[in-house]
Amino acid sequence: MQRLTKTTLSCAVSVAACLTAASAFAETQITVATVNNGHMIEMQKLTPEFEKANPGIKVKWVTLEEGVLRQNVTQDIANKSGLYDVMTIGMYEAPIWGERGWLREIDTSGDYDVNDILPSIRGGLSFDNTMYAAPFYGESSMVMYRKDLVKAAGMEINDRDSWTHIRDVAAAVHDPDNGVYGICLRGKAGWGDNMALMTTIANSFGARWFDENWKPQLESAEWKKAVSFYVDTLSKYGPPGSSSNSFNENLALFNEGKCGMWIDATIAASFVTDPKQSKVHDKVGFAQSPYAATEKGANWLWAWALGIPAATKNAEAAQTFVRWATSKQYIDLVGQTNGWAAVPTGTRTSTYENAKFQQAAVFAEAELKAINSANPNDSTMKPSPYVGVQFAAIPEFQAIGTTAGQMVSGALSGTMSVEQALKSANRSADRQMRQAGYY
Amino acid sequence: MKLTQQRKLRTVLTGLFAWTIALALFFPIFWMFITSFKTELQAISVPPSLFFEPTLENFEIVQERSNYLHHAMNSVITSFGSTLIALAIAIPAAYSMAFFPTKKTKDILLWMLSTKMLPAVGVLVPIYILSRDYGLLDSRTGLIIIFTLMNLPIVVWMLFSYFKDLPKEILEAARMDGATPWDEMVKVVMPLSIGAISSTGLLSIVLCWNEAFWSLNLTASEAAPLTAMIASYSSPEGLFWAKLSAASTLACAPIVIFGWFCQKQLVQGLTFGAVK
Repeated sequence: MQRLTKTTLSCAVSVAACLTAASAFAETQITVATVNNGHMIEMQKLTPEFEKANPGIKVKWVTLEEGVLRQNVTQDIANKSGLYDVMTIGMYEAPIWGERGWLREIDTSGDYDVNDILPSIRGGLSFDNTMYAAPFYGESSMVMYRKDLVKAAGMEINDRDSWTHIRDVAAAVHDPDNGVYGICLRGKAGWGDNMALMTTIANSFGARWFDENWKPQLESAEWKKAVSFYVDTLSKYGPPGSSSNSFNENLALFNEGKCGMWIDATIAASFVTDPKQSKVHDKVGFAQSPYAATEKGANWLWAWALGIPAATKNAEAAQTFVRWATSKQYIDLVGQTNGWAAVPTGTRTSTYENAKFQQAAVFAEAELKAINSANPNDSTMKPSPYVGVQFAAIPEFQAIGTTAGQMVSGALSGTMSVEQALKSANRSADRQMRQAGYY
Repeated sequence: MKLTQQRKLRTVLTGLFAWTIALALFFPIFWMFITSFKTELQAISVPPSLFFEPTLENFEIVQERSNYLHHAMNSVITSFGSTLIALAIAIPAAYSMAFFPTKKTKDILLWMLSTKMLPAVGVLVPIYILSRDYGLLDSRTGLIIIFTLMNLPIVVWMLFSYFKDLPKEILEAARMDGATPWDEMVKVVMPLSIGAISSTGLLSIVLCWNEAFWSLNLTASEAAPLTAMIASYSSPEGLFWAKLSAASTLACAPIVIFGWFCQKQLVQGLTFGAVK
């Protein structure tokens, strides 16, 4: 009996020792929710490098479609589910969620070199001077045009042309019989789709979403002028069915050689100049976005960034990962592994100062100029109370922008007039702002 | 025109009509399949190309980026698991409602069906919070429970429709031989309805396999089935049609092959009761 007790005891001690040893070497697994884009896919491929450098941390990726990602991470963070340890969010969410205490502050101490991050991008991801998400790529908007077609039409495109000049070029290049449309622009309804572009056009026409008292201004003369211009230009010189086109549809048209010009995200530059994707890769020129009454807010500012939800149980590991994924060292790693044209852009000054990057990316200068010229804190001609260039960083904007997007898309497809569209959008915005208690 | 000629013409026309519908239904699958062998540039070309040099590049990318076997295993476990549980609940329910109906049986059946009329998104928040509180988020168990509840009304209805057409005399004869209600169900009704049970099960498996709403909302990495894998290939910025088609082809393949082998049972099940 005594022997049995001894054996049992020694077994128990051995098991306990094994368990202790196992827990000492236990891996912390972090789950990263992200969107499917080239830079994030590259990051997934390079994750083993991070795991090698940090043996105690294992990274699990969850890639989602943009709409689903927004829905999932919002559910997760608002309900404090703790399903994700790191989440990919945009410039719209970061300051709002940071203010609510849903996100942890990004640890920028040590060799992270936070001052290297482009000031406009850093500002857009901060609330009260605290950065709540670290950018892994940033973008603005600019004009991408077919140098050959514009030249053949005897026209020219330069930085910060006027919108009327852009329309004249579109008219000169427009040749639908040969499958070339003068201008391709977003028309698909959505606050991040047609309204991103529409807001930059409206900003440059002197419009603003809200006045100083948060009253919606969609029925103002500036908005009417801007939307009428957009609808008229795109209806006359755009491809058929523009009201259902967004980034990818226009990218496909441009790469097929069917657009004389395209005004959209700077990230598109890397796609339209890629010989594997584009039939016109060697014929593309870039210019800063056009303006009308003011240059303020004429090009947007956006960043995809990594945020750490307050409810995560693996905050330390999540911080380690975010710092690695958005560091200068990571950009160097991508450059060395996949070539300098593939590095995530729009985040750090050092990237644009790198000679190898300058050589590899023909669009680098135009992109940096566009990003630096966007100021989310001062994007409208008349004073406005909100932060953001192509959106207003308030929780209500998502619904307001989506409704306005549907109306503008309706005006583009001809189901309603511009006046009707703006009146309906304004009424809906007014109701939501009133319900939210702004006035 | 002679009567025989008229009949022949009718047969040809009916055949043509059936083939047109079949081809129209099959076309999206065919297009998805051939797009998966195109490059991204070929996938978006206008006019679309039917003849091209096929590439396996997209399948390589999917294999490299996604853990296909992990997602496929999740699909298999959740589809088959929930179907087995649904059948285990639905068979006794349908049996009792078919052979021992009460005044409220029809109301109960209608109520069960009415739950299918509610848009799933309407109950997303309560189900999400319940799943979180019971630790069922991103778990196969959670997905199996949801899938079971989702398909239970259809499974009960299909089995009920079949059971009520079984001759009552057979059960009476069994009863005369001393069979209990349990014996009647297990030893008489179930063997007689094996075709209906298997076709109902097959339909439930297919519905679970294709389900995307709950899979996308309640899972992340551990329990994500193939539908979640497909969704990950849609991109807001960048061309993705060829890669998405390759992921869809890989996700559809197992269930298409499975359905191919079981099509006899499936057709039999879907048409039972149609002609009496």
